[in-house]
Amino acid sequence: MLKVLKPGFFTTIQDKGRVGFANLGVPVSGVMDTYSADLANSILNNFLQAAVLEITLGSCKFQFLKNTIICISGGDFSPTINEKPIVLNSRIQVFENDILSFGKVNFGVRCYVAVKGGFLSELKLQSSSFYQNITQKSIVEKGDILSFKEPKESFSSTKSLIKIDQNHFNTIRLDCFKGPEFEMLNEYQQEKITTDIFTISNDFNRMGVKLNEIFANNLPQILTSAVLPGTIQLTPSGKIIILMRDCQVTGGYPRILQLTTSSINRLAQKSTNQKIKFIVI
Amino acid sequence: MDKKPTYKQFGEKAILVEWQAIIDDEILNDILHFVEKIKASKEINCIDLIQGYNSLTIIYKEFIENFNEEVALLKSVYSSTLKIAKQDYFLWEIPVCYDLEFGIDLQEISKKSSLEIDEIIKIHSETIYKVFFVGFLPGFLYLGGLNEKLFFDRKPNPRLHVAKGSVAIGGKQTGVYPQNSAGGWNIIGKTPIDFFDVNTPNPCFAKAGDFIKFNPISLDQFYQLEKEIEDEKYQLIKTLQHA
Repeated sequence: MLKVLKPGFFTTIQDKGRVGFANLGVPVSGVMDTYSADLANSILNNFLQAAVLEITLGSCKFQFLKNTIICISGGDFSPTINEKPIVLNSRIQVFENDILSFGKVNFGVRCYVAVKGGFLSELKLQSSSFYQNITQKSIVEKGDILSFKEPKESFSSTKSLIKIDQNHFNTIRLDCFKGPEFEMLNEYQQEKITTDIFTISNDFNRMGVKLNEIFANNLPQILTSAVLPGTIQLTPSGKIIILMRDCQVTGGYPRILQLTTSSINRLAQKSTNQKIKFIVI
Repeated sequence: MDKKPTYKQFGEKAILVEWQAIIDDEILNDILHFVEKIKASKEINCIDLIQGYNSLTIIYKEFIENFNEEVALLKSVYSSTLKIAKQDYFLWEIPVCYDLEFGIDLQEISKKSSLEIDEIIKIHSETIYKVFFVGFLPGFLYLGGLNEKLFFDRKPNPRLHVAKGSVAIGGKQTGVYPQNSAGGWNIIGKTPIDFFDVNTPNPCFAKAGDFIKFNPISLDQFYQLEKEIEDEKYQLIKTLQHA
C-alpha cells in the first residue's frame, strides 16, 4: 500500500480506460501518455492494462506501507526515495516506510508510477481509471491509501539501460489525419492549419487542450456526432480545442484534424506556452 | 431519407459512417439496424460504436490497415439480410417538477416568448420524445421531438453549476442533466430520477430508440419521490412500444 502524504497538482489512478461504453455516454479515459505508461508496466513485466499512478508536474510525496518494486516513466520531476535521486525507466526496489517524492520539473508534464502487479483500485465498467461520477474518487487526495499486492518474486535490477526517444518530449510536430470536416475549410485555411505554429494555452487538462491562436472561420456547427481522444475541434469563435482522453463521446463542433495515438502521447507531455505544429500524414 | 450512408476514415482506428444531415426517425432506425448487424457480424473487429444523430462511428481494436477493404466489408454488412435479434423499445415516464423553485429559467423564457409558463409546461410534458443517442455526459440522452414553440437559444453565458436532474431546453433540444455539471441550457424543471448509476448492471435505463415522456409533479410529490428513490422503493414506469 502507498500512503499519500502530498497529492500534488493532479494525481489520478489510470489504466487503459473504458472501452465499449460509448452507448452510455461514458468517456474512454485512461493514461494520457500510453507510451510512457506502457514502458513503466513493461519494465516491471506487468500487463499493459495494469493501473498506474498518473502524476501531473510533480510536487507530491508518498510513503510505502509495504515492500514492492516500482518503475517511473514519462516526465522527469526529480523523483527521490528517502531523498536519494532515482533513475527513470528502471526497476527500483522499495521498502516499507520509504518515502517517494517528486520535486523540480526537468521535462514533461505527466509521469507514471507503476508498481509490480499494478495498483488495486475499484473497477467500474471494467476500468479503474478515475472519472467523476463513475469512480468514487476523481482525484488522489492527502491521506489516501492506494493498495497493491506485495510481490512474491525477488528483485532483479533492470538488465539493460532503456533509452527514451527524447523526441517524444521535445518535438513540436504532431502527426494527424484529416478530420471528417477538414474539407469544409477553404484552401487557404487548409494550408494555414497545417503550416502555422500554434501555442498551448493555460487551459489544458485530461479533457482537452486549448490553443492561444484564434483561427478565423465561418464553418457551421455539425449535427452532434462522435469525437475521439485526439480530435481537433474548431469553434465558431476560432478557438482550436484538441480533445484528450477524458473527452466526451460526442460533440457538435467541426472536427478538422485527428491526431495519431503517438501524437496524443506527445501532446500529453506539453504545457502552457509550448509550441506545436500539425503535420497531415 | 434519401440515400445510403457514406464512409470516412476517422484517425487510425475508426470509420465514420454518415447519413444525410437531418434529425430523422428513419435515419435513426437505419443506424440502429446497422448497429445490430455489426454486433451480429463476426468479421468486424470493433470494440465500440458511437452513435450521433446522423452518424455511426465504428472503433476498431487495431489500426485500420486497408480502409477500402474495411469499408467494403461494412457495406456488405449494411446491405446484408443478416438476421438480427428483435430489440424491445420502451416508453419511459419521467416525473418532472416544473415548480419555479427548480425551473429557474421559466420566467425568462416565458417573457421572451409569448407563452405563459403553464403553456410551456403543457407543451413540454405532452410531447413524446425519441432517444436518438447518449452522449455529452454519462447518461445524457439526446432527444428528438421538441415542439418548435419551445426552441429557445442557449444562454449566452453558461452556468458553472447546473444541478443533477435539471430538465432543460437548449436551442432545438431538450434533455436532463444526469449529474451536476456546467451548462448553458435554459432550466425549466427537475426530476428526482437518476439517469446514470454506475452501480447497477445497466447504468443508464434508456437506450437509443426508446421514448421519453415527462410527467409534471408538484413540489411535494418531488420530495416524496426523492425519498422513495433513496429508499429504493420507487420503480420507473415503462411501457413496451410496438413497432
